[in-house]
Amino acid sequence: MTEEKEGLERRELLRCMAWAGTGVLLTVNSGIPGSIGLEQAIARPALTGFSFAQISDSHIGFNKPPNPDARATFAEAIAKIKALPVKPDFLIHTGDVSQLSRDNEFDDANEMLRETGVPTFFVPGEHDVLDEGQGAAFLSRFSPKSNGKGWYSFDHKGVHFVGLVNVVDLKPGGMGSLGPKQLAWLRRDLHGLSSSTPIVVFAHMPLLTIYQPWGWGTDDSEQALKMLRRFGSVTILNGHIHQITQKIEGHIAFHTARSTAFPQPAPGAAPSPGPLQVPADHLREMLGITSASVTSGRSALALLDSTLSN
Amino acid sequence: MLTSVRNALAAAMAALALATTAAAPGQAAPAKLAIVPAKPVIHIENFSFTPPKITVKAGTTVTWINGDDIPHNIVARNGAFRSKVLDTNDSFSFQFTKSGTYLYFCGIHPHMVGQVIVTN
Repeated sequence: MTEEKEGLERRELLRCMAWAGTGVLLTVNSGIPGSIGLEQAIARPALTGFSFAQISDSHIGFNKPPNPDARATFAEAIAKIKALPVKPDFLIHTGDVSQLSRDNEFDDANEMLRETGVPTFFVPGEHDVLDEGQGAAFLSRFSPKSNGKGWYSFDHKGVHFVGLVNVVDLKPGGMGSLGPKQLAWLRRDLHGLSSSTPIVVFAHMPLLTIYQPWGWGTDDSEQALKMLRRFGSVTILNGHIHQITQKIEGHIAFHTARSTAFPQPAPGAAPSPGPLQVPADHLREMLGITSASVTSGRSALALLDSTLSN
Repeated sequence: MLTSVRNALAAAMAALALATTAAAPGQAAPAKLAIVPAKPVIHIENFSFTPPKITVKAGTTVTWINGDDIPHNIVARNGAFRSKVLDTNDSFSFQFTKSGTYLYFCGIHPHMVGQVIVTN
């Protein structure tokens, strides 16, 4: 019970830190979360195993207030990844690579990501499926070997990664959607995996309902979560809402990343989820990247959010 | 994209001119007004359709204009129409020839819904 109480306190702490926009290192060890501050994390970066970085909502092509040049801030985020003390094995881009699914937006993003020298795994956001083929331009470039509308999985050093697509075939009045075909695939994909296998799921829209009136959630995510609950360590990485939120439910840790383009209001804090207008000299405090470290043999995943201003 | 807005505005101006003519003194204004083809515009602002529900006569062309800094599109639930993506200030028009209730939504932000009721 002490453990549970401690967990709750930590949860509260995480939430407070998230809303304050503070860098936080979240460690998940066999499903029990813990945290240390950003300064401590920087002081001891010597985690073994491997690391990867998450980048999200680059919206290449966006050029309106509060960010006249989303390419420039994306370049800053790339520079930040290149400067990480431990080189990540790969990147994960959780969607909205582009603003309008235009070829030049995709090509520019791709070219800039190549500068990191490591591969990037993508899932599309709703802004990436606006072409005539409703995602064909994105898929042919970024995940040609995926299933259906772009979902896939891979294993890396003992961790099972699953990329899901919840931005196509959306239903009127609804939020994000995975759909029966993808859920059936997920069931097959997870079948046979030992419950001790650490799982990382990444998708654009949150797999947790953050705010229904703005569509910030996924209608059928519960069906996916049901399949994931038997695992001892599950980390779910999302984007879409351009701000950090964190929640722990049992062995599942939910985390949404900042955008590299523009911030959005806190849930319900504005008439609409349109870009949050912030002064130019404060913009970079609200944009950023997430880096993740996996400690082999400990099922531990540590997430570190950092902004473009530090 | 600017051209499409300009066209929509021009159409609206033309409709206004017709309406003014029809309402000229000495004519049976109300009856004449009723047959003037309206050019209703639905504005997209703050992730919502304004007005969210309109009633028009069959044959009416309805125009949607996106006033948000974020792209939207217009998708009919029954498949009658699906616009391309509308960036800021882009517009989309559709002529409703058959009566009925047309429910539509934004295919990108599906919590945005609206309806057009078409009468004979």
